[in-house]
Amino acid sequence: MNHDDDILQADVFDDERRLSLDELSQLCGAQTTLIIELVEEGVLEPADVRASHWVFSGSCVRRVRTAARLQRDLDVNMPGIALAIELLEELESLRRRVR
Amino acid sequence: MEYKDYYKILGVDRDADADTIKRAYRKLARKYHPDVSTEADAEDRFKEVQEAYEVLKDPDKRQAYDQMGNDWQGGQDFRPPPGWENQRQEWHFSDADLGGGDFSDFFESLFGGGRQQGRSAKFRGQDQRARLRISLEDAYHGATRSITLNVPETDDQGRVRQQPRELKVRIPAGVTAGQHIRLRGQGGQGFGGGQAGDLLLEVEFEPHPQFQVDGRDIHLDLPIAPWEAALGGKVPVPTLGGQVNLSIPAGSQTDKQMRLKGRGLPGKPAGDQIVRLRIVTPPANSDTVRQLYEQMRDQTAFDPRKQRTGGSK
Repeated sequence: MNHDDDILQADVFDDERRLSLDELSQLCGAQTTLIIELVEEGVLEPADVRASHWVFSGSCVRRVRTAARLQRDLDVNMPGIALAIELLEELESLRRRVR
Repeated sequence: MEYKDYYKILGVDRDADADTIKRAYRKLARKYHPDVSTEADAEDRFKEVQEAYEVLKDPDKRQAYDQMGNDWQGGQDFRPPPGWENQRQEWHFSDADLGGGDFSDFFESLFGGGRQQGRSAKFRGQDQRARLRISLEDAYHGATRSITLNVPETDDQGRVRQQPRELKVRIPAGVTAGQHIRLRGQGGQGFGGGQAGDLLLEVEFEPHPQFQVDGRDIHLDLPIAPWEAALGGKVPVPTLGGQVNLSIPAGSQTDKQMRLKGRGLPGKPAGDQIVRLRIVTPPANSDTVRQLYEQMRDQTAFDPRKQRTGGSK
């Protein structure tokens, strides 16, 4: 048996990666309505917000997943999600600096 | 399998009302939520709390759970009572509940039956999500790593069990913390000929003894001697790609930052390594060093507080 066959190739979602609304929704296990609300709230920025089909970068995955978890687990509403994500990211960068 | 005391997990009495249970859950969920918490075992505690709430918030599931009796202790070896299999009903789960998909064997043995909705229909397996903890060195060079995941597998009777599964993953060079990588077809198995779901991994870095990370940039505090700072000189600096020599300009002070372009994590563009100088003074623990310090004190007109605004002078 060839062991190289067992090694899984990872598909990376970095800044270069482009995702449609549906792809982002499926990847994150989040409803498209949640993603639309995140865009309206200014938490996510599609490449061109006025375009008829939004295109997101791979780095949006993290925020969508955090938002989906906050909504599902803590029942946080949209302004609360936006605020929590902002504060969490600030906290993360502060923690990095004091380490 | 171990009996789970859901009341104890939520810290409520067995006769607690729905509002009390909800309040207790919300409080613990905020405390242990993996996005918010800094507790070491937050993720496991959170799952436990979620599972307890999943049962106790639903009057039907709570009643079924209560039927097990009050004599069980958390952690005690548990077998479902005889006849449980037959009277098992189709438990209701919302979509959100199915998204969790990460409950204990105890939970699955009691309520697992209802989770395979429309078992006869063809549908795609669940996507699964997990964290992938790697070293900075692996992120820099790329690496092949084995990871072990607990994945729900469905047996012939349609029951779900958590099974450890080992996967070998090729991690490409230049991944960063918070980034997600997908392994196609490595999620939950499909049903009725449906394809398997995907596995989505969120990358996180193990803490590094020397380096700190900010996106693709690497930060390093570099200790230098006072004469290296004052006179300048070349000093060796560790980077993820190996040791390099850094020219320190004469007259450098503590906290001076120097940028090693492109020496951070690879990418487009590659990150930088940012070196912060820290002047470390030699201890005056020998006559020679003591004399040198005294000489400097007596022959140098130096007051480190002079330039400071609002200082003592």
